[in-house]
Amino acid sequence: MKVCVTALGPKEDSEVDPRFGRCRFFVFFNLHTREVEGVANPNIESSGGAGIQSAQLVASKGAAIVLTGHVGPNAFKTLSAAGVSIFTGATSTVKEAVAAYEAGKLTRAIAPDSASKSGMGR
Amino acid sequence: MIIAVASGKGGTGKTTVAVNMALVAGSVRFLDCDVEEPNAHLFLKPAFQGEIPVSVPVPVVDTKKCTGCGKCAEVCVYHALAVIPSPDKKPQVLVFPHLCHACGACSLLCPEGAIREEQRSIGVIEEGVCGKVYFVHGKMNVGEVLSPTIIRRVKERIDPDALTIIDAPPGTSCPVVAAIKGVDFCVLVTEPTPFGLHDLTLAVDVVRQMKIPFGVVINRAGLGNDAAEDYCRTERIPVLVKIPFDREIAVRYSSGETLADKSLVMAKIFSKLYQNICQVKNEADRRS
Repeated sequence: MKVCVTALGPKEDSEVDPRFGRCRFFVFFNLHTREVEGVANPNIESSGGAGIQSAQLVASKGAAIVLTGHVGPNAFKTLSAAGVSIFTGATSTVKEAVAAYEAGKLTRAIAPDSASKSGMGR
Repeated sequence: MIIAVASGKGGTGKTTVAVNMALVAGSVRFLDCDVEEPNAHLFLKPAFQGEIPVSVPVPVVDTKKCTGCGKCAEVCVYHALAVIPSPDKKPQVLVFPHLCHACGACSLLCPEGAIREEQRSIGVIEEGVCGKVYFVHGKMNVGEVLSPTIIRRVKERIDPDALTIIDAPPGTSCPVVAAIKGVDFCVLVTEPTPFGLHDLTLAVDVVRQMKIPFGVVINRAGLGNDAAEDYCRTERIPVLVKIPFDREIAVRYSSGETLADKSLVMAKIFSKLYQNICQVKNEADRRS
């Protein structure tokens, strides 16, 4: 199973980026093979719809789970439609966020917890 | 003639200038194009005759016809549509109405003809009479973003044979451009503060690029510094009138009162403003 962590860099020891739609990188982590793939987010400068675009990217990469800080309404709707589970409150590094998830320490989001556009200009 | 009153910075006195100029100009059409927060009606107090809804078309997908090809999401530059693949069933199309700019590309380019358009209300237009002023304004619903659409609808009420005064929204982006596009003259209201001057320079860039003849009104003159006036002198921008920084004006404003019909001094200032606009406009016409 593939987990996607929003991060400031492309690596396992990169820091978690608390934004979803406009995070700098998506780090895909395969829970079985422990393989890591970092993908730069092309939607950072998007004037609108960044959450939707990012959600489509994550789903198309086959991730079943997203670990991030916060998630907005449009991203939440799109990820949910794609059957991707969202866990918010991730902090520290990608590696530690995955460890926290595996230890059951992150909570599954049942609703968006930030407003549209709140990841802009940061 | 169509005169727009804009400013760059908010709260410099656009509505005060627009409303009081309307009162001294005689028979006018007054269009409050600050549809996100219209307030000129608080001063002119027109008797509104009902409201006209403003709506925009948004896509509705017929899931029976849709094959999930993804063309609609691909052509939508505003990302208002998302096509979500699914391993076991047909791809799902999500529509985000608040991101839609009603361009119609998705319904036009859907190869299956699976997208039809439905009207979604985004605001209203209200109109009415107050004395010699025919008043129109737009009111956008809270949470909506397509103010230029409502502004254009308000501007359909321009009477080319009458004097029209447009109270523009603050800022220098799309809503302002929509409000001042096609006007004969633009009044830029500023205040003698660093913030007022900064935003004035942005507004000047906009009107120059749009090739609209313009002049500046310095409101709250006596407050702050002379930088705005120095800037106008250096840039050869006519200062149409100065409105003094006066407690009495603030008191009247805060209780929804107008100025030009209550005080001779104020009536003179706004009459002078209208005369100077006509003069600057004539000079601009002669040069071109």
